[in-house]
Amino acid sequence: MSSIEERVKKIVAEQLGVKEEEVQTEASFVEDLGADSLDTVELVMALEEEFETEIPDEEAEKITTVKLAIDYIKENLA
Amino acid sequence: MVSPLGLDVQETWKNIVAGKSGVAPIVAFDVEAYSTRFSASVRGFDITPYFSDKDARKMDIFVQFGMAAGIQAMLDSGLEVTDANAHRVGCAIGSGIGGIGQIEKNTEIVARSGPRKISPFFVPGSIINMISGNLSVRYNLQGPNLAVVTACTSGTHNIGLGARLIALGDADAMLVGGAEMATTPVGLGGFAAARALSTRNDDPAAASRPWDRDRDGFVLGDGAGVLMIEEYESAKARGAHIYAEITGFGMSGDAYHMTLPPEDGRGAAAAMRNAIADSGVPVDQIGYINAHGTSTNAGDLAESRAIQAVLGSAAETVAVSSTKSMIGHLLGAAGAVEAIFSILALRDQVAPPTINLDNPDEGCVLNYVPHTAQQRTIKHALSNSFGFGGTNGSLLFSQLD
Repeated sequence: MSSIEERVKKIVAEQLGVKEEEVQTEASFVEDLGADSLDTVELVMALEEEFETEIPDEEAEKITTVKLAIDYIKENLA
Repeated sequence: MVSPLGLDVQETWKNIVAGKSGVAPIVAFDVEAYSTRFSASVRGFDITPYFSDKDARKMDIFVQFGMAAGIQAMLDSGLEVTDANAHRVGCAIGSGIGGIGQIEKNTEIVARSGPRKISPFFVPGSIINMISGNLSVRYNLQGPNLAVVTACTSGTHNIGLGARLIALGDADAMLVGGAEMATTPVGLGGFAAARALSTRNDDPAAASRPWDRDRDGFVLGDGAGVLMIEEYESAKARGAHIYAEITGFGMSGDAYHMTLPPEDGRGAAAAMRNAIADSGVPVDQIGYINAHGTSTNAGDLAESRAIQAVLGSAAETVAVSSTKSMIGHLLGAAGAVEAIFSILALRDQVAPPTINLDNPDEGCVLNYVPHTAQQRTIKHALSNSFGFGGTNGSLLFSQLD
């Protein structure tokens, strides 16, 4: 099975319509990957679906980069 | 244009003049429980030339159709939008139903998984004015941004009112038209419940048969039509290719019934009269009428009577056809694609046919151009649309002098 990092990057690439190799760990969804505010809402929903979890809105708002998404999943999925 | 007979104007018009049918069994969802199991759907639509998959996901299919038609119209017009003219270019593109597919999908999501699973793009992807909205963003169109919603007259009203805005000085150019994609489980079921649709499931291509004695309702169609209309001097000054002039626009309300027209077609007649009066064109100079002609019992006869009332003896010679016999009823896009057909009838001096008209019904006595197109002199062409709620519109297009 793919690592959490790979799965997050794959979802980000699909949702934001960018190539997987462009999805660097430090990339910001809005500044680097061209997302708007609604894209990031949908992205978080896709992460919830992939990892079968629920991310509260106040936590979701803080997830603005690929790394923050990976960290959140790692911390909350144990 | 995106239609059941083609993904652009050229392909569609070729098939319309040839009298082909775009009606076929529905395969997009299970229709076993439906009384009507066919439609005039768009086949082979590819978004790739117009926008990315990522953007397409944010739009209901009716918006995608409208965007494709709008982009085609923009490119064909050759209009360059600059900082100097951006505020003088607008959009008026409507729909009768809007994003019913997305409404259905997100309703299911709420029922199954709760409100947190609703897509953030559900609302901006399904509301009717988003074709105008998205086109304005894409092309920096800062003029009036509208979407008139008047059921099956939406396309005609958006064109006519867009032309009025230009005449009144609110804009110099407008992208105008309509789009529709209501062939969904609830959309099809709703029109079937209203007993509006043909149930000729054993022969879908023969189901849309305006003025024929065996007609039994309309065929639901999908697609979009968008035109660039422009103030004459402005178009002339930039050397634009001008297809035709909008010389008349008329509107009326039946004030009669939710879905039925009055038997004498007086609301339809009033819209036609108003358009003709607006133009100043003598009625015997109208060479072609693209009728609303949906293939319903009440509507076809009422419109035919209205044409006789308005044209008088000129009704005996005018060519009247219903292109809905081939592409079904595109609802809020109907008036837009039919305006384009009327303009191409002027350009090519040909009246497209009404297919499936084997036995004209009692009282249907006009030249409905049965089965095959007719070459004829057409200087002026009228296009009619009538909608639920008794909302009527007529446009008169004329060859450029």
